Amino acid sequence: MAKFRVVHYINQFFAQVGGEEKADHRPESREGFVGPGMAFKAAFGDEAEIVGTVVCGDSYFNENLETATKEVLDMISSYKPDLVIAGPAFNAGRYGMACGTVAAAVEKELGIPAITGMYKENPGVDSFKKEIYIIETKNSAAGMRDAVKVMAPFALKLAAGEDVGASAEEGYIPNGIRVNFFEQKRGSERAVDMLLAKLAGKPFTTEFPMPDFDRVEPNPAVADISKSTIALVTSGGIVPKGNPDRIESSSASKYGKYDIEGVFDLTESTYETAHGGYDPVYANLDADRVLPVDILREYEKAGKIGKLHRYFYSTTGNGTSVANAKAYAAAIGKELVADGVDAVILTST
Amino acid sequence: MKLELGNIFIHDIQFDRLSRVEKGIIYINEEELKAHLLEDENIRSVSCDIAKPGESVRIMPVKDVIEPRVKVEGEGGVFPGILSKVDTVGSGRTNVLKGAAVVTTGKIVGFQEGIVDMSGPGADYTPFSKLNNLVVICEPIEGLKQHAHEKALRFAGLKAATYLGQLAKDLEADEVESFETLSLIEGIRQYPDLPRVAYVQMLQTQGLLHDTYVYGVDMKQSLTTMLYPTELMDGAIISGNCVSACDKNTTYHHLNNPVVRDLYAKHGKELNFVGMIITNENVYLADKERSSDWSAKLAEFLGVDGVIISQEGFGNPDTDLIMNCKKIEAKGIKTVIITDEYAGRDGASQSLADADASADAVVTGGNANMVVNLPPMEKVIGHVKVADTIAGGFDGSLRPDGSIVVELQAITGATNELGFNRLSAR
Repeated sequence: MAKFRVVHYINQFFAQVGGEEKADHRPESREGFVGPGMAFKAAFGDEAEIVGTVVCGDSYFNENLETATKEVLDMISSYKPDLVIAGPAFNAGRYGMACGTVAAAVEKELGIPAITGMYKENPGVDSFKKEIYIIETKNSAAGMRDAVKVMAPFALKLAAGEDVGASAEEGYIPNGIRVNFFEQKRGSERAVDMLLAKLAGKPFTTEFPMPDFDRVEPNPAVADISKSTIALVTSGGIVPKGNPDRIESSSASKYGKYDIEGVFDLTESTYETAHGGYDPVYANLDADRVLPVDILREYEKAGKIGKLHRYFYSTTGNGTSVANAKAYAAAIGKELVADGVDAVILTST
Repeated sequence: MKLELGNIFIHDIQFDRLSRVEKGIIYINEEELKAHLLEDENIRSVSCDIAKPGESVRIMPVKDVIEPRVKVEGEGGVFPGILSKVDTVGSGRTNVLKGAAVVTTGKIVGFQEGIVDMSGPGADYTPFSKLNNLVVICEPIEGLKQHAHEKALRFAGLKAATYLGQLAKDLEADEVESFETLSLIEGIRQYPDLPRVAYVQMLQTQGLLHDTYVYGVDMKQSLTTMLYPTELMDGAIISGNCVSACDKNTTYHHLNNPVVRDLYAKHGKELNFVGMIITNENVYLADKERSSDWSAKLAEFLGVDGVIISQEGFGNPDTDLIMNCKKIEAKGIKTVIITDEYAGRDGASQSLADADASADAVVTGGNANMVVNLPPMEKVIGHVKVADTIAGGFDGSLRPDGSIVVELQAITGATNELGFNRLSAR
């Protein structure tokens, strides 16, 4: 097998051009490896070769972001690489931003894999961890050997198109994509170990950092409900009998939109639930229990509400991912607004 | 309270004329067992099959898995308040047919039953692929409603396991394990210098086919309470639910609760395992508030330094989990929580339905939305057609060649939140 062609991006310091006084160094390219590239060359062995190194000063890059990115990218693409490695940048902030920008641009513009390495507190981490793989390193260049040990095999894996494991296995900084893998110990034992560490005031790593939650402020009350068009939307899985859209009992991949023009009551023979998260007996006997069409028709007749909207929307909330639920809500909301609906009754189970 | 478990290692199950256990083999008189289970008027037919590790066999839809046990010495009998009188269990000696289980299947009860593959990639995700399983296939009478069907199948499994357990009553154990929890005062005196730790177990009690029974009591009607951990080993807690297969605790899980095991393993060495609190996961807000208040109150009363909290199910119970964690941390007691994740098939979505900054120590059983491809098996015990409709399945899950593409959610025990498995996620 031919060796993968690798281009390495580094800053003026690692290229031994100079320190802060040379941070305005303009992009240049050199054949083969330079500086830390030697360690990568050794780690790649016969599998890959550093065909070129692109060097740029950190100040120049960050102060001329657009043009510098383009200049660097042109130099990189001229080598026709299979893989790009930027840095590692350790805890150097501007270098981290440059590495992140270059790696992300390489993936996006050139469509080839690119990785970098940084200390977890480098500002480049938050800016780029969702776009590219950033291998976690120590906070100074003293961690170069350790960094290369992880970065080189991981980069080869990407170049070969192999499956990427979980962050804890591969050594990249968690990027928000949850990946399953088998731990050495079972969960209960890990929990006991974690508790003992927490009790002793020793460091421990949670397996799932708590996310920041959306909190939705309730809307003000509807001004005059007797003149409003009300729509019914449910995550309780009510569908026409036979579940024509085959909405899943759990982890729904879709929602349904159903016409209830002329429907005054949901009966056992006409509607049912597709939801797998509860005993369906009572919902199937009378689906109005979950989607109150009958009561709203009465209210409509009595003039208590303006009108019941012609369509209801339904999905199963059971196990459905937040991202999917958000997407359905956005799509349903758009249609409801376009249809002139004033208020929605949202029922669950 | 002290309990000895006498393990009798089982490496095979066979049908024979006389039910007995000999040299690690369980022999079963199928007709005798069937007649016993058919005493239930809600069960129309019963048949039995055997599934062993490594075989090209798929069992689905799996309702419950139960380990056969029998009380040899001490008060009460296994499954107190259900199959035995309500005497307090957890002391004396109990014999265990280790390496064997009863698996119940038949017409699907709810949507949330699971798949157990005895070989192939699916086998890696379920602990029950490593056991010699007696599969009991029960078909209900026509028109039986889901809740009555669930109950009939629940009892059939427990009865079959007890039938097998009885065969071990007079056997000599291959291995004896011993577990002891002292009274509060004696426990403090015994290990005054070790951190005091309790276990808070959350039980699935959302109702409507999501129930758990403790000494025969429907746990959703109970306040948060305490047990000696050894009571679990005699079947004080049993599963009566049809929650998604991956993270429901089968009766087998309760009997072999890994948190209890691993806390006992370090008891007297690195920690002082004080005891356990059991609480529920009801759906009404007032119930959630009350039950989590009581978890925190009992943890405080026990004077512990730390607790492990385990969850069962997902979504709605995520709120109970976070309430328990937050309120116990607020008492100055350190917590570790065990949960699993629903991060979407691509892993990019938010994993839990609730969150709080105090939940800073989390163990995860993995992302249940991950899609797996289960290749066809030579033999399917049960009903394969339900693949498209079980939780974790979707239209087209069952392929023409007999393979099944499903979310991990559909595999029994795959992302267990007692920490039974090695599977995790980052």
